[in-house]
Amino acid sequence: MSDTYDILIIGAGPGGYVAAIRAAQLGFKTAVVDREHLGGICLNWGCIPTKALLRSAEIYHYMQHAKDYGLTAENVGFDVSAIVKRSRGVSGRLNGGVGMLLKKNKVDVIWGEAAIEAAPKGNEAGRVVVRETTRAEAPKGAKAAGTYGAKHIIVATGARPRAIPGIEPDKKQIWTYYEAMVPQTMPKSLLVMGSGAIGIEFASFYRTMGAEVTVVEVLPQILPVEDHEIAAHARKRFEKQGIKILTGAKVAKVEKGADAITATVETEGGKTQEITAEILISAVGVVGNIETLGLEKLGVTIERGIVATDGLGRTSVPGIYAIGDVAGPPMLAHKAEHEGVLCVETIKGLHTHPMDKGKIPGCTYCQPQVASVGLTEAKAKAQGFDVRVGRFPFAGNGKAIALGEPDGLVKTIFDRKTGQLLGAHMVGAEVTELIQGYVVAMTLETTEEELMHTVFPHPTLSEMMHESVLDAYGRVIHT
Amino acid sequence: MPINVLMPALSPTMEKGNLAKWLKKEGDTVKSGDVLAEIETDKATMEVEAVDEGVLAKIVVPEGTADVPVNDLIALIAEEGEDVGSVQAGGNGQGKAAEAPAKAEAAKTDATKTDAGRTEPGKPQAPAGNETPGGGTMSYERVDTAPEGARPAAGKANGAAPPTSGGRLFASPLARRIAKQEGLDLAAVQGSGPHGRIIERDVRAALDGGTAKPVPQAAAKEAAAKEAAVPAAKPDPAPAPKPAAAPPSGLTAKQVMGMFEPGSFEEVPLDGMRKTIAKRLVESKQTVPHFYLSLDVELDALLSLREQVNAGAAKDKDGKPAFKLSVNDFVIKALALALQRVPAANAVWAEDRILRFRHSDVGVAVAIDGGLFTPVIRKAEQKTLSTISAEMKDLAARARTKKLKPDEYQGGTTAVSNLGMFGIKSFGAVINPPHGTILAVGAGEARVVAKNGAPAVVQAMTVTLSCDHRVVDGALGAELLAAFKGLIESPMGMLV
Repeated sequence: MSDTYDILIIGAGPGGYVAAIRAAQLGFKTAVVDREHLGGICLNWGCIPTKALLRSAEIYHYMQHAKDYGLTAENVGFDVSAIVKRSRGVSGRLNGGVGMLLKKNKVDVIWGEAAIEAAPKGNEAGRVVVRETTRAEAPKGAKAAGTYGAKHIIVATGARPRAIPGIEPDKKQIWTYYEAMVPQTMPKSLLVMGSGAIGIEFASFYRTMGAEVTVVEVLPQILPVEDHEIAAHARKRFEKQGIKILTGAKVAKVEKGADAITATVETEGGKTQEITAEILISAVGVVGNIETLGLEKLGVTIERGIVATDGLGRTSVPGIYAIGDVAGPPMLAHKAEHEGVLCVETIKGLHTHPMDKGKIPGCTYCQPQVASVGLTEAKAKAQGFDVRVGRFPFAGNGKAIALGEPDGLVKTIFDRKTGQLLGAHMVGAEVTELIQGYVVAMTLETTEEELMHTVFPHPTLSEMMHESVLDAYGRVIHT
Repeated sequence: MPINVLMPALSPTMEKGNLAKWLKKEGDTVKSGDVLAEIETDKATMEVEAVDEGVLAKIVVPEGTADVPVNDLIALIAEEGEDVGSVQAGGNGQGKAAEAPAKAEAAKTDATKTDAGRTEPGKPQAPAGNETPGGGTMSYERVDTAPEGARPAAGKANGAAPPTSGGRLFASPLARRIAKQEGLDLAAVQGSGPHGRIIERDVRAALDGGTAKPVPQAAAKEAAAKEAAVPAAKPDPAPAPKPAAAPPSGLTAKQVMGMFEPGSFEEVPLDGMRKTIAKRLVESKQTVPHFYLSLDVELDALLSLREQVNAGAAKDKDGKPAFKLSVNDFVIKALALALQRVPAANAVWAEDRILRFRHSDVGVAVAIDGGLFTPVIRKAEQKTLSTISAEMKDLAARARTKKLKPDEYQGGTTAVSNLGMFGIKSFGAVINPPHGTILAVGAGEARVVAKNGAPAVVQAMTVTLSCDHRVVDGALGAELLAAFKGLIESPMGMLV
């Protein structure tokens, strides 16, 4: 056996590398194994590169509307390969940054495909076998394949796109986010299957860049996890931009032609319609990477594709832990990071509590942006809360008008009895940067009173957060 | 500016009360001194009087509302010349927007009062809330309720959580609010948040599991604060400041109900009195080491004296006697005098000390519909039997209509519980904390006893003294009972 670690983490995504750094901070001898890229999907094929693409789209949009701001910009155009190159450059830079952080914290990086051969038992270290991989070249300084010992093994292997039988991605005409991230030419038309964050962000990007976009969603509402009012507002805006949206609709069949696919879409009432598009993007969710790790052989309990944990990362087998996407929804980078830290601190014996998943914010970076935390109005009511709801429109905010962003809504939901902030939901410009104010408020367990007493700077979009709270209690000023 | 009528604090430790009844309607003209509403606390029903003139513009808290926190807005009075309609529109309109002004006002007032209470704990309560700039807030408080010495305590009644030992108590705003709403003392809750901060989870756990300790009686803390030896200023020991989580109990309601066939019982909701009885008596049995001393007392001399005294009572022009002494009046007086003769027994336990009293304040249990009160006869050793008798009649009558003021049933070192009228031969009573003893009185009856070697028929009764062993040891209790027996059996001593 080459080396034995206190903590060995499989997967260097946002959950894994953050856990590794925290473990090193706590004095553990730590290693992290990855087969493809430091920073995981998030940094390389997800959160970060899409934000780079969307930024290009946003600036393109502004340039097209330069006149609105008294500016001239003629012959506005774009270069797909340059947009993609920029996006890849952003990922590359951050990827290198993760490598440096790990090095700085003296975390060993082991390159290859890991499988757990034996779980740690008492004082006896567990064994992790790392096989060589051809997926990607090892970063400089990484340790080679081999068998490694570990007293604690954390599984942080993330997730991959879910495939629908018969509509499997082929990288040419049926894309997942991988291909959608690096288009060689701008497709003229797109069919996006699924209206969660990934589907909507690509729909928004490609529409802004000029493609004809149709979104098909099985559920009755786009952005299904969001508050219905926010989703309805977003839908209106998307449709105004020219995105076609079919809800309560299902892609039943896809036929591939030479230059296009033809999808048979079943809509409500058993009707069907055919939609032809150059490309179909499959964005119907992700599934955890739990295979090939040897988890089942070791007796780790897996429930419906998710490694069962106690909320602090501990699985049914002592010494083996799971965090991030493999440990269940919400499958978000920030949730994985937080779980990683909790897991390592629990191993250290620090006083930890399972995270409150009701206080994890979610952000979608389409135009307009959508951000939320906590319960939707419908869920709050379903849970039996007597709610007070506050709403504030962007049209009532000076900064929003000055920015030329008069469309949007900030909605807050309070428990009438205790004044607890149950949920906050926003749609409009820059709301993804605003939501954190409410997350802090919820985490500190403020009531409406403290929020009302808080001074919000003028002129900012954040004033709408104040007004929404005031509105919930009938004290709104600017509507 | 309409005047805010706030939930009054009827006693120093009162934190919330039930709005039992509105005696004025919206639109009624009110004069200073008019009774606006009746407030029910855990034991008493009190009247709220107006201290200003105007028109009752808006009732904010409808009658029948339970657990209204002290200082919450309960009504708005429009001042003379003020447009009642506009005040009403503020509260009567539909939808949240229209509801706003009243609520907003309430929030503002609340905040002001809370702050005032915190920063000026030494000031009496009323001034603290009286002059809200531009708010026209008036505090409605009965001036005759709280003993002067206890006044300052009322100021903090609205504070969410008293700090344990003068230090700041760290709790999230949500935790504070839920604790306040549920009547939980945060000082007794263990915080699990960062640096021991009390968060919602801790409060919920305390409420669910009953792990929260009941509020360590304000009495204990304040008694320690030097007021100990002055009975008149004795801090409120009677109603628990907050009903705390729940009296510690073995089974949950669900568990108990699970043992019976559904539909075979009806559920009776607990009123404030029942909760207080449950809580305080459980507390008594769990924390007070009881022991019991029984003694037979002969009554022949007392009964004949009583007959003579009653027969000699002056009669008014309708022929009604000025007084009619009961055996119980003699018992009260005898116990009061016995305490003077055995002063060590005239005491209560106060956690880290014993409080010994100069005067004999004797509580008397009065059964009422749905519970009982124990009004206190103060300085009973100094009072004549006729005075005691008259006071008892008054107190008992007002207890039955729940019109006793808190300071009329708080305090005392002992109590008399008499079930003789029901034919009960003897029983052991539960001490009513913080009392040191309680005397359970059985029925007077003709008994055959041995007298000078021969059977004789005497009138006798059995009394049982329950003692708090921390204060009254066996011999001391026996001494007290012997003194009591001597007084009852030679009752002339009580007339001088």
